Amino acid sequence: MNWIAVKSIYAFEMARFFRTITQSLISPVLSTSLYFVVFGAAIGSRIQEVEGISYGAFIVPGLIMLSVITQSISNASFGIYFPKFIGTVFELLSAPVNFIEIVCGYVGAAATKALFIGVIILITAFFFVDITIQHPIWMVTFLVLTCISFSLMGFIIGIWAGNFEQLQLVPLLIVTPLVFLGGSFYSISMLPPVWQVISHFNPVVYLISGFRWAFFGSADVPIVTSLFAIAGFTALCLAVIGWIFRTGWRIRQ
Amino acid sequence: MPDIVKITDLRKAYADGFEALKGVSLNIREGEILALLGPNGAGKTTLISTVCGITTGTGGSVTVGGFDTVTEYRGARSMIGLVPQEINLEPFEKVISTVRFSRGLFGKPKDDAAIEKILRQLSLWDKKDSQIRALSGGMKRRVLIAKALAHEPRVLFLDEPTAGVDVELRRDMWNIVADLKASGVTIILTTHYIEEAEAIADRIGVIAHGELLLVEDKDKLMSRMGKKQLVVQLTQPIDAIPASLASDALTLSGDGHALIYSYDTRAERTGITKLLSDVAAAGLVLSDLETSQSSLEDIFVDLVKEDAA
Repeated sequence: MNWIAVKSIYAFEMARFFRTITQSLISPVLSTSLYFVVFGAAIGSRIQEVEGISYGAFIVPGLIMLSVITQSISNASFGIYFPKFIGTVFELLSAPVNFIEIVCGYVGAAATKALFIGVIILITAFFFVDITIQHPIWMVTFLVLTCISFSLMGFIIGIWAGNFEQLQLVPLLIVTPLVFLGGSFYSISMLPPVWQVISHFNPVVYLISGFRWAFFGSADVPIVTSLFAIAGFTALCLAVIGWIFRTGWRIRQ
Repeated sequence: MPDIVKITDLRKAYADGFEALKGVSLNIREGEILALLGPNGAGKTTLISTVCGITTGTGGSVTVGGFDTVTEYRGARSMIGLVPQEINLEPFEKVISTVRFSRGLFGKPKDDAAIEKILRQLSLWDKKDSQIRALSGGMKRRVLIAKALAHEPRVLFLDEPTAGVDVELRRDMWNIVADLKASGVTIILTTHYIEEAEAIADRIGVIAHGELLLVEDKDKLMSRMGKKQLVVQLTQPIDAIPASLASDALTLSGDGHALIYSYDTRAERTGITKLLSDVAAAGLVLSDLETSQSSLEDIFVDLVKEDAA
């Protein structure tokens, strides 16, 4: 392994994040605060408790997942798309690095940024609602795995995208609906039976359910299923990236 | 000097059937400057890209410093620096950080002294904390060279390094190339500018339609293929070449004021003495004599024309 190269890519990407640290932090903190005001205080005060948890606290894991998933995808996709767009990707392709090292650098940085924002949102949540984390180690595990797996997905989107519109296409048209319909703001058990069945085809349901279980000890699907789902998703993304670098699809002529 | 780059029957065909490289074989000697000349679409950039790993070849092999560029790509690529034709740089990065990044990407540990040396060599040290977007076009090209040199490569590929730059900057770039050669770096540059190859290269390669037409020492090439002309200026214009000069294979200039005689400098007899005697015998009065030698550009145009024919 060329660890120096991995570290260089990682540090270069993190430097980009810290150059715009104010925007990077203010945006998620503000949007999360708005969610708490609207869903927690305004609407949430009129909603009964969900599974014995106040609605304001119930939505915390979903809100964190919402931000972490979108941030992971956007950071990783932009991280690899930007060098393609401005032409600096030639340097990566001509360097003595393999795809694992490139992925470790870019995905590692994207996942770190998303993790950072996830933690900031969690801290923000403590100012609005009273929450306790029943399984903190599992909470961290789910958070880290989600950051990594969706950063891998973002990396694939960044390689696939041929322009900035395409870069936004998958996150806007597929990921955001999946996250919103994945139980971010409700329990799957609150849906009519037919929609409960349909929801089980949404992979995000398993992530949010597992993450919520780490907070409150209750879940829509068994915790083991959630773990298998996220592990399977990560493996799938890795396999796709491996294929991309083997064939040079969209990056090497 | 031993060969540091060995390209053997390198081929590159695209999915649509277009063959950008049709079996190029070329050995590059350590420490030399090789200029690859060719018209647009000749395959120069494809050749460089394939050697550097940006493009995957569809046949043949390349070794750099004895390392195969496919099976031992780490060893091969560690020895190569590439300066692309386009100014591909992150606009918001600082000069020093982008050069440090390049060094790290090639697996070299952080070495501020080495980076400082490179930046000073390229007159960039004063700009080390400037954002790339604040630099002039010439400075940006220097940054590209600094990035390519950051990992101390032994072979440097320069793809059209002076395309679109002014004369002063071009000469400046030639000096940089000469300094790099003096420091032991092998340089392969592609160029449209014949005068560039003529000024700085040790050897010239001519590539057209994906084929390497020739590779030869610049001086030998110019002496082998260069033609010399003697222009005999006359005091009075003439309408036609006198019959007594028919055997001298002369051409008359458009205004009738000059007789043009082509000769081979390597021939045992150039025929100049006889020509001058014949001209005097024909009663023509000379006002001036002038000789000229064909440039590399003429040679290049002839070669490419021959290939097209």
